Amino acid sequence: MTHATPSLDHDGRLSAARSKILARMALGDRSFHLVTRLCAYGVFILLAGIVVSLIMGAWPAIQTFGLEFLVTRRWAPQLDEPILGALAPIYGTLLTSFIAMLIAVPFGLGVAIFLTELCPIPLRRPIRVAVELLAGIPSIIYGMWGFFVLGPFLAQYVEPGIVWAVQDIPVLNIIFGAEMISNISLFNASLVLAIMILPFITAIAVDVFSTVPPVLKESAYGIGCTTWEVVTNVVIPFTRVGLVGGVMLALGRALGETMAVTFIIGNSFKIDGSIFSPGTTISAAIASEFAESADLHRSALMYLGLLLFILTFFVLAAARLMLMRLEKRAGA
Amino acid sequence: MSLYASRRRSNLTAMALCLLATTIGIVWLFLILFSLLLNGLPHLTFEVFTEMTPPPGETGGGLLNPIFGTLMMTVLGVGIGAPIGILAGTYLAEYGRYSKTTPTIRFINDILLSAPSIIIGLFIYGIVVVPMKNFSALAGSLALAVIVIPVVVRTTEDMLLLVPNTLREAASAMGLPRSHVVWHVAYRAARTGILTGVLLGVARIAGETAPLLFTAFSNNFWSASLMKPIASLPTTINSFINTPDANMKQLAWTGALIVTLAVLALNIVARILGGTKKQS
Repeated sequence: MTHATPSLDHDGRLSAARSKILARMALGDRSFHLVTRLCAYGVFILLAGIVVSLIMGAWPAIQTFGLEFLVTRRWAPQLDEPILGALAPIYGTLLTSFIAMLIAVPFGLGVAIFLTELCPIPLRRPIRVAVELLAGIPSIIYGMWGFFVLGPFLAQYVEPGIVWAVQDIPVLNIIFGAEMISNISLFNASLVLAIMILPFITAIAVDVFSTVPPVLKESAYGIGCTTWEVVTNVVIPFTRVGLVGGVMLALGRALGETMAVTFIIGNSFKIDGSIFSPGTTISAAIASEFAESADLHRSALMYLGLLLFILTFFVLAAARLMLMRLEKRAGA
Repeated sequence: MSLYASRRRSNLTAMALCLLATTIGIVWLFLILFSLLLNGLPHLTFEVFTEMTPPPGETGGGLLNPIFGTLMMTVLGVGIGAPIGILAGTYLAEYGRYSKTTPTIRFINDILLSAPSIIIGLFIYGIVVVPMKNFSALAGSLALAVIVIPVVVRTTEDMLLLVPNTLREAASAMGLPRSHVVWHVAYRAARTGILTGVLLGVARIAGETAPLLFTAFSNNFWSASLMKPIASLPTTINSFINTPDANMKQLAWTGALIVTLAVLALNIVARILGGTKKQS
């Protein structure tokens, strides 16, 4: 006991050396705290930086076109006084995302239901991993694959049949009509987008489904419900908020996806109502025109970028709020 | 009895559809991998890794400069982004766990996590490329770093939150200052998890194209300079795919195969690391 604490002097006070070490530790402690805090607040700076730099880049276009930019159909950057409007890319973005969700949501939910309720347990992890790996493939690969493999296949075997089948039905023959079928179209882009977001929807749906307390499902099974009835009457109502959140998260991805779409959508600024004709999206327009643009044209592309950011920001924010609500309930 | 039969029938139909959806979902993965292998593998030779990109109209050539560019920008991007992300995640999980701003930071981070990567490209274009007046490897690396940060923040925070509080309390009770508790106890316990997050970040940026299009741009020649445009695999694929030149198109497929295999390998390694953690 007497020799055990050499750093204390005879009166039992801290020695000079020890208090120096403690002071250094306290300094290190405070600076580490400060550094981590700065990095965390860096997230705010990042968001603010993105918004400010987009607004600054878009400013000339905002001044020239104002809000009319949103409803102008024409995109003519080559004119002496360029007329630039965002209606076609906005239309393309919303339409492709909508079709992609229409395809991917039922599929994604089906896979999630299979994985959580039906699949033999030893197979669950491998299938989940396979689906998640699908999410890891870079988007340019999807674009390439859509352009060289899926597009030609659809153009040769699927789309002519649909066009022929609906040619005499009003409305449908506009939506599915096409003068010339190529491997570039809004529909192909939507299909590739659907394949891309399928793993996101599945992964989130599996997570969300696993928040359902087993007791609830067991009691439903106990009174004789079939698996399908348990899913529709217990699992889905319990997780509705989270599911909507997950779907919106995937929508956020689809809206902003660039490379998967750029190759296969054709970057054409027209709106003719057909999903088999080429079109463009906001991100595809930026990706294919930005490098060759200048002045007002470039600024208008920045304006498009700003619109895309605002759109995805609100979709993603709503998605996160809904997922947070589910987490809170699952935690409580 | 007919009610029972109809319930049974609808159940069977629904379950069959779910099975079908899963099969189709997995078939996509194999279809994509299959066409990549079919088109890319025959030309995956040694020369691809040792020779430079060819000019149009010539045969041969490789992907040496884009591979180098991708490696360089990925390493730099992670080198810049990962430490910032880890420190920010540390704040959220350790110092600021009960702070009022933490949920807001987490919320914004989650939004940045899924923000379109082309927007990040525009952002870096505005703050780096415009003032420097030319495209550069530095701008590309910064764009990738901005994409890495939210990924790492998220996983670091999640992993640190999994560390049992009793460990921290035990260390604090021995008189360790908070920073030492974090360094020697929390980081050590969450090490594999944090590493998994960094690897996932690498996997995410290795195949990114959109943010590089107008930050690093592209370059047909060898460049190791931070201040000059640099080629990367995804942007090279992007430009070679659109050429009529058969040789360049072939190289694009080979490049696509390399990127995909690399990203899949990274994802699998990250998953194995993360998986062993969970089981122990």
